[in-house]
Amino acid sequence: MVSERIPPFSSRDAVVCRKVGKTWSPGTPRTHEALRGIDLDVAPEEFVVLLGPSGCGKSTLLYLIAGLEDTTSGELWSFGERVEQPSPQRSMIFQEASLFPWLTVAGNVAFGLAIAGLATEERMRRTRQALQRVGLLEAADKRPHELSGGMRQRVAVARALAMQPKVLLMDEPFAALDVQTRARMQSFLLDVWRASKASVLFVTHHIDEAVALADRIVVFTARPGRIKTIVPVELPRPRDPFSPAAETLRRHLTALLEDEVDRAFAEQEALRA
Amino acid sequence: MRFAAEPKAAPPRMRWLAAFARGLPTLLWGVASIGCFAGVWEILWAVGWADAKLLPPPHVFLGSIADQAKFFNTVSRWQIGAGQGGDVPTPAMAVVLTILATTGRVLAGLLIASVLAVSIGIGIRYFRLFGKLSLPTITLLAPVSPIAWLPVAIFLFGIGNGPAIFMVVIALLFHMVLATVNQIDNVNRNLINVARTMGASKRQTYARVIIPAILPQLFVVLRFNLFAAWMVVLVAEATGVGYGLGQVVMLARNTFNPSLVFFTIFLIGVLGFFFDFAMRQVQRKLLYWVPHGAEVLRGL
Repeated sequence: MVSERIPPFSSRDAVVCRKVGKTWSPGTPRTHEALRGIDLDVAPEEFVVLLGPSGCGKSTLLYLIAGLEDTTSGELWSFGERVEQPSPQRSMIFQEASLFPWLTVAGNVAFGLAIAGLATEERMRRTRQALQRVGLLEAADKRPHELSGGMRQRVAVARALAMQPKVLLMDEPFAALDVQTRARMQSFLLDVWRASKASVLFVTHHIDEAVALADRIVVFTARPGRIKTIVPVELPRPRDPFSPAAETLRRHLTALLEDEVDRAFAEQEALRA
Repeated sequence: MRFAAEPKAAPPRMRWLAAFARGLPTLLWGVASIGCFAGVWEILWAVGWADAKLLPPPHVFLGSIADQAKFFNTVSRWQIGAGQGGDVPTPAMAVVLTILATTGRVLAGLLIASVLAVSIGIGIRYFRLFGKLSLPTITLLAPVSPIAWLPVAIFLFGIGNGPAIFMVVIALLFHMVLATVNQIDNVNRNLINVARTMGASKRQTYARVIIPAILPQLFVVLRFNLFAAWMVVLVAEATGVGYGLGQVVMLARNTFNPSLVFFTIFLIGVLGFFFDFAMRQVQRKLLYWVPHGAEVLRGL
């Protein structure tokens, strides 16, 4: 059985999921299967969007890849190593409320660097660099409660970038923002992504957001979450959201999702009856 | 780490003035509130509904301060260090000494209880075995009235400062432990997950995330428990644990002196009020990131 020890894929792959499944509270009355049989490979520097109806387990997959939760079945690999616990190589950005309110912006960005035990000078340098990259150097001494929602998420991005991660995991990071801010944040994120050379896994239920950002869009089914289909996005960057090609893609994704939303609704109705 | 220049601060005297101007409305409302309360009492006395012998109005029990002060001069006064060699402190000095004795017990009890409670609360969640072994017992002891501990206090410490401080500690400890555990359980999971993805160890997560995150609510718990501490210390002092404001209330009861009762109540109220005020100031300074005030209620 020697062959099993060698991963059946390239160790260059940023993320490899093999038959990944997750069941919450197994063996209890509240048990529910969130994910089943997920197979997904993410290349270095690739931007992958996980798209699906609410509660389809796409965020769960992100937590599994981050190493914050254990898989129930299947295997997770990142750059040739088994994912068993969190690693600074894989930074996660949450929907909201993830800045430490008692630290300044600079303190927040430097948090992971301090954990890693970096010398003060190196910490300052990398903090400054990360803040510069998200355009918030002047806000370095402010506290999170003094910032707008969009600025706060930029700080969260800077905090992740300061760790120089190879994979950025983003769990609906712009969901709490208004439409205009969200559009700005998307183009900002694309700039950051290109400069950082990290792979991005981005969870959203917004079709527009997926079309604006993704190299590939992974469409999820409703519970248990499975991969319904993977849609490659061939649109040239920078993207025109109003181009006919983008419109066609949006229609296609809408149709794919509608089935799932219908199914989820039917399921809820059945539960209520 | 500092990146931008500090904003220019106003000269100290201007800042004091500005702070005073900002605090003025609060102060005036405080005066108005107490004024209303005292006014109603005085009116009830004037129309003859409140018997001055049983419910002496403020001008009576405050007017006889000099008279009342001598009752603070109980036999054991010099035991706390005033007037060595048999000479007795003046009545005013006796009031101050009594207040200091009681305040000291409250502070000591509060300090010991907070340090113990927070350490035990964190220990319960940090060391799982310790938590499993101790949490049920603490939950069992939490609802016991501090009065029930009074005999234990006297068995263990006799009379003096010991039993009074023990009473304050025992009255606060279990509640504060449970509050600490509850706060730890309610820390925003995202904050903990951020620390974990950054590679923080358990110790680092507790030191850098969980403890700062629970501080604001713990401070509120401490403020509420301050009042509880004042109540318990009086019970402890009244029930034969040496001297202090509680002893004076007991003396007033035994000698049927309502003026002395109300004068002592007045002293305790003022002390409690200033303690709470001081704690709020500390809270503001220490927990600068917590927004304060009930602004949102104004819209209702």
